[in-house]
Amino acid sequence: MAEALLQVRGLTRRFGGLVATDRLDLDIGQGETHAIIGPNGAGKTTLIAQLAGDLRSDAGAVRFAGEDITRLSAPARSLRGLARSFQITSIFPDFTTLDNVALAVQAHAGHSFRFWRPARREPALREPARAILAQVGLAGRADVRAASLAHGEQRQLEIAMALATGPRLLLLDEPVAGMGLDESQRMIRFLASVKGRLTIVLVEHDMDAVFALADRISVLVYGRIIATGTPEAIRANAEVRQAYLGEDAVA
Amino acid sequence: MTSRARPLVLGLGLVALAAVPPVGGLLNQPFYVDLVRRVMIFAIAALSLDLILGYGGMVSFGHAAYLGIGAYAVGILAHHGIHNGVLQWSLAIAASMAVALVIGAVSIRTSGVYFIMITLAFTQMLYYLGISIEEYGGDDGMRLAVRSQFPGPLDLQNGTVFYYVVLAILLLFLVLAHRLIAARFGMVIRAARSNEARTRAIGFSPYRYKLMAFTLAGAMCGLAGALLVNHTEYLTPEFMHWTRSGEIMFMVILGGMGTLVGPVLGAFAFLLLENLLSGWTAHWQIIFGPLLILVVLYAKRGLFGLLPGGGPRDG
Amino acid sequence: MNIFLILEQTLNGLQFGVMLFLMAAGLTLVFGIMNLVNLAHGSLYMVGAYLATTFAQWTGSFLLALVLALAGSLVVGIVVELVALRTLYERDHLDQVLATFGLILFFNELIAILWGRSALYTTLPTWLSGHVALLPGIRYPVYRALVILVGLVVAGLLWVVVTRTRLGMLIRAGASNRTMVAALGVNVRLLYTVVFGSGAALAGLAGLMAGPIYAVQPGMGEQILIQVFVVIVIGGIGSIRGALVGAVIVGMVDTLGRAFLKPMLSTVLSAPAADTAGPAIASMLIYLLMAAVLAFRPQGLFPVTGAER
Repeated sequence: MAEALLQVRGLTRRFGGLVATDRLDLDIGQGETHAIIGPNGAGKTTLIAQLAGDLRSDAGAVRFAGEDITRLSAPARSLRGLARSFQITSIFPDFTTLDNVALAVQAHAGHSFRFWRPARREPALREPARAILAQVGLAGRADVRAASLAHGEQRQLEIAMALATGPRLLLLDEPVAGMGLDESQRMIRFLASVKGRLTIVLVEHDMDAVFALADRISVLVYGRIIATGTPEAIRANAEVRQAYLGEDAVA
Repeated sequence: MTSRARPLVLGLGLVALAAVPPVGGLLNQPFYVDLVRRVMIFAIAALSLDLILGYGGMVSFGHAAYLGIGAYAVGILAHHGIHNGVLQWSLAIAASMAVALVIGAVSIRTSGVYFIMITLAFTQMLYYLGISIEEYGGDDGMRLAVRSQFPGPLDLQNGTVFYYVVLAILLLFLVLAHRLIAARFGMVIRAARSNEARTRAIGFSPYRYKLMAFTLAGAMCGLAGALLVNHTEYLTPEFMHWTRSGEIMFMVILGGMGTLVGPVLGAFAFLLLENLLSGWTAHWQIIFGPLLILVVLYAKRGLFGLLPGGGPRDG
Repeated sequence: MNIFLILEQTLNGLQFGVMLFLMAAGLTLVFGIMNLVNLAHGSLYMVGAYLATTFAQWTGSFLLALVLALAGSLVVGIVVELVALRTLYERDHLDQVLATFGLILFFNELIAILWGRSALYTTLPTWLSGHVALLPGIRYPVYRALVILVGLVVAGLLWVVVTRTRLGMLIRAGASNRTMVAALGVNVRLLYTVVFGSGAALAGLAGLMAGPIYAVQPGMGEQILIQVFVVIVIGGIGSIRGALVGAVIVGMVDTLGRAFLKPMLSTVLSAPAADTAGPAIASMLIYLLMAAVLAFRPQGLFPVTGAER
């Protein structure tokens, strides 16, 4: 296998006495959809924050596309093609849906020290943003204030903003959390449609989504990955069943 | 601009402002020309604060610093016999920009209550600096013997000419601010106010944009300071007193934070009210203080929200 | 410049630092626990000073006046908390800053109406107005020495309360995690009132002790308040230890800077240059110190860990 797109080596993060991420190794191959599952408190969100650059790591290294990005800030990682969505919806509520996505386009269209021309009338920002809204199925909601979107629509907007940055790798933190059955089915279908074109790291509790999308699955328990493998292999893994799936999937 | 009534109201306001000197002359009430000129100068200061406070989400409690620096730039040059307005005002802008850059560079690294306390503390430092420099009047300040001198018909000694100069600058800044907040730059600082984590996640580094906004606002307020010292024809460290910062902030809130017309309305309401109450009792602040609390608690939308079409703002 | 002068100014710096600490302790706790930026903290200091001065005139007893003034500022603090500040806890910092700014205007004007705008001066009773020999040949004003002593005793008491009692446990827990304290079933409203009242009493204590040393006049609270902000920024918000260390540093730097910067500069600069630069730099010294600390430790010297802010 060629060098993985994302290489994590010995990544560690402590909160006081608690080790949230414990010398963690992880390889994400180009084009792969890789799910990270684990019980509550396993350190999934901490790991995502470390990968996205929102949380400093105490030790270890992260390489992305052959470059050491361990010390890079979140915006710097975004500019290199690492996009994320948040577990708790994080959008610009006072702006329109289209503005939200256009801002993400703008962030990747050179510097923004431009003081005169109205950004809302720049086709170079608005057109790509509209295209992405159409892609995620929000075209009809472009001019609505993002705050007044339904929860499921806001989750879609999250993904749209991540996509608008033209990423090579998507870090998705529970994209179907809090969604109804219909909404989550639609989201899974959408993610299936971009899968393969993009590399995706998916942190998810919803096992339907995980087994529908993932090429490989890693199981995170107490900040360490106890198993990595294909969905079939993970399903069959006794250690995993005991540590995690035991309570959920076997029932 | 959701209402068709809005442009009409704004147009009427502009006509009213332009009509103040002739009407004041007709009624032989020069006092009002003076008052409105003062209001417009503070409107510029309040507008500049609103750029960083209302649009950028930076609660700067030190905005009077730039008023003072602009005033001192003019006063110090005049003290040394340089009355050229272009030089004086350029220095006012450059000096307040430089100071805003330094204060901003330190304070924007922090956030929340640290930011408030640090901007307040630095302004107090400049206040004490003004007091301690005897050369420029120390505690008492200095008189400005001659107003800034410009070539041609721009004679500021003429109160009416000066009035229209201030009005023109206010309008210019309103237009500039209107463009700036809608341009890419404005979208970034408004996004950072709305959700800084998200702004970073999509690839913006908010610090440099916030610092730029802070610096521009400082420069704008510096020019207001240059105008103010020409208006009062004296200056004291009181220009930079922390209560002045609080007053400018109150103007912004009173008029409507995060709007362009709001600070102008707020400056009007504040100074007219101050005028009214202080004509009535020397202890007007005993009414003013509780009034401020009531506005904060119950009328955060400000006067602008009362205007036709003054609906909820976007971004 | 001789050794006695240095010692005397060092003690003056300590005395100023102690007063700053009394102010900073209350302010930093109120912020840490209630998340409230209270600009009107200086007004309580002013109230303490005025009450002490007035009670001293009425009763003729300095000590009785101190006790009454302390009780008075406690009461004023509690009333302010109940009437005005309670509604502000859930508001953002901007609202808090503006509303407490309104309170300052109110208090300053109220004081001006009741006592006038000119400064009041307190005369010390004879047993406090002399000097005490700290070491053979080194004499220091009794009153200032007493201020230092009282300040250190209060700092010690605070330390005991915060580290050794249930109230202190709640205070520490509240400073790092508000929701947890509420979850413990503590009467949070009462806790807030107690903490705010104690903070007010400490500010009042600083104010009443300040009376005989500094001029008592409207606006005196804000002058010290902003220096207290510097203390808190340097020490780290919410930290009592930070407040103590920051207060002593700021007190020393400010006092020693004002006393010795000019003579020190005159050894390297011309006399007129030193005359100008000395006081100017001395007045800026603590703010420059604050900037320097922030450059290296944006959260202050003793950041409160676990706080979600």
